[in-house]
Amino acid sequence: MDGSIVIGLYIFVLALFAGAVLISNVPPTLHTPLMSASNAISGIAILGALVVAGESLTVEAHSVVGLLAVVFATINVVGGYMVTDRMLQMFKKKKH
Amino acid sequence: MTELINFVYLLSAVLFMLGLMKLSSPATARLGNKLSMAGMALAITATLLNPEISSFKMIIIGIAVGTVIGAVAAIRVKMTSMPEMVALFNGCGGAASALVALAEFQSAGSSFSSFNMVTLILSVIVGSLTFTGSVIAFGKLQGLVPSRPVCYPGQQVVNALILLAVAVLGVVVYQDPANLLFFYGIIGISLLLGVLAVIPIGGADMPVIISLLNSYSGVAVAMTGFALANNALIVVGSLVGASGLFLTKIMCDAMNRSLANVLFGAFGSGDSAGGGEEVAGGSGGSVKGYELEDVATVLENAGSLIVVPGYGMAAAQAQHVVRELCDYLEEQGVEVRYAIHPVAGRMPGHMNVLLAEADVSYDLLFAMEDINDDFSDTDAVLVIGANDVVNPAAKTNSSSPIFGMPILNVDEARTVIVLKRSMNPGFAGIENELFLKDNTMMLFGDAKKSVRDLLSALKE
Repeated sequence: MDGSIVIGLYIFVLALFAGAVLISNVPPTLHTPLMSASNAISGIAILGALVVAGESLTVEAHSVVGLLAVVFATINVVGGYMVTDRMLQMFKKKKH
Repeated sequence: MTELINFVYLLSAVLFMLGLMKLSSPATARLGNKLSMAGMALAITATLLNPEISSFKMIIIGIAVGTVIGAVAAIRVKMTSMPEMVALFNGCGGAASALVALAEFQSAGSSFSSFNMVTLILSVIVGSLTFTGSVIAFGKLQGLVPSRPVCYPGQQVVNALILLAVAVLGVVVYQDPANLLFFYGIIGISLLLGVLAVIPIGGADMPVIISLLNSYSGVAVAMTGFALANNALIVVGSLVGASGLFLTKIMCDAMNRSLANVLFGAFGSGDSAGGGEEVAGGSGGSVKGYELEDVATVLENAGSLIVVPGYGMAAAQAQHVVRELCDYLEEQGVEVRYAIHPVAGRMPGHMNVLLAEADVSYDLLFAMEDINDDFSDTDAVLVIGANDVVNPAAKTNSSSPIFGMPILNVDEARTVIVLKRSMNPGFAGIENELFLKDNTMMLFGDAKKSVRDLLSALKE
């Protein structure tokens, strides 16, 4: 194992703990927006998709697969954030 | 340039974390989501600076198509269909991870180190089964796929064999990365596995499955991150994986079932539309149907009211009239609150979103553990379209399938008003003795119509 793998594993494990702490602070009333928000960020696979879709000048098999990956990841990111925002703007506190 | 890009990724990761942090209160959550969006925009912009990208044609087409589909879906979806929407977006995330892994394998398969190869294979397996699993979950929630558990003899043996086949193929690909055919085999079998793993799970358990698939999509992204040595993907994958697992555990605890039981137990008929219409109690006692005026009188004289909504309320689209009724009662000086069981909707927190959509102030929404001790001191409880989550059998009857499940203590209130369409058992198909109790008033009929009639009776 080279150094970058070990660093990657460090990041993975530490982020798991950070995630667990952050998420346990989210109140049950926001669990649906939490899920759609975390869903939206899981579209981060788009970073990998952009590179494979654009690394060849000619149209290769992998650039077509990359294109599909960009489409799916973009749906995930754009749809996920927009729907989360739609939900969150409905949460209002009113005077009684 | 790589250093700069990696630095921007770190900024993005910080923004994602801040975004999650701000989700700790409804007052700051929207800002949090915007921070998270900014993080994503930054990460994408930085990636486009990557010198490896030589052509933007595919990228522009992909982003344009994806944006249109995602935006239209997000704008048009009804709040009641949010679980289906989240399942589909989730499936897209899984598919994206698997496709990235596939494209990487096609372009540079044999040059990967052994560790990267393992993570690449894991990414394609988890991503593919997340995709089909999510599509099946979507189908079950929409009624396109039978919502009941679909079972056949030897099912678990078949699934275990398929899992074994994926593992064997994984090893083969690992040893012979030049052979694309085996790689396609892994994808095919993983796609099949996603279908077969979700069909035996009943519709009532879909909230757990959506949470779990959410976690899988995180795992898939993290594995892709390892394969590409991309730390942004690793961080986000961890966050999403942790979030999905956390929600899965909450859902399982709220039903007092283990994850294994949910996955392999084939629980419930899943047939929410149910057949029988007879208005009769099962074992001893009888159900007393009340007139609207009796119920209105109870509400009029109550000093405090707790509303317990279930999915039936949303199915009848009654949340808006319920809010109107509660507004009126509040004006008359009644203290009104809402008690929300963790599995009240079809995904974690779903009921809260539906009530927020109907303009219910979020400080009136109480989680089970925050309100359960208050029922004994409450004049009236209004149960609308909820069944299993208020079934006292969970506390008293050790032979009941829901025994041990935490429930709302509605039976401790002075009067319990239950609005119900008919005496059909709930999602889990279990009788409810709450309906037979002396302090329970049953009002049969469509929830929306009943509430509207109650409101006009009160106003007279």
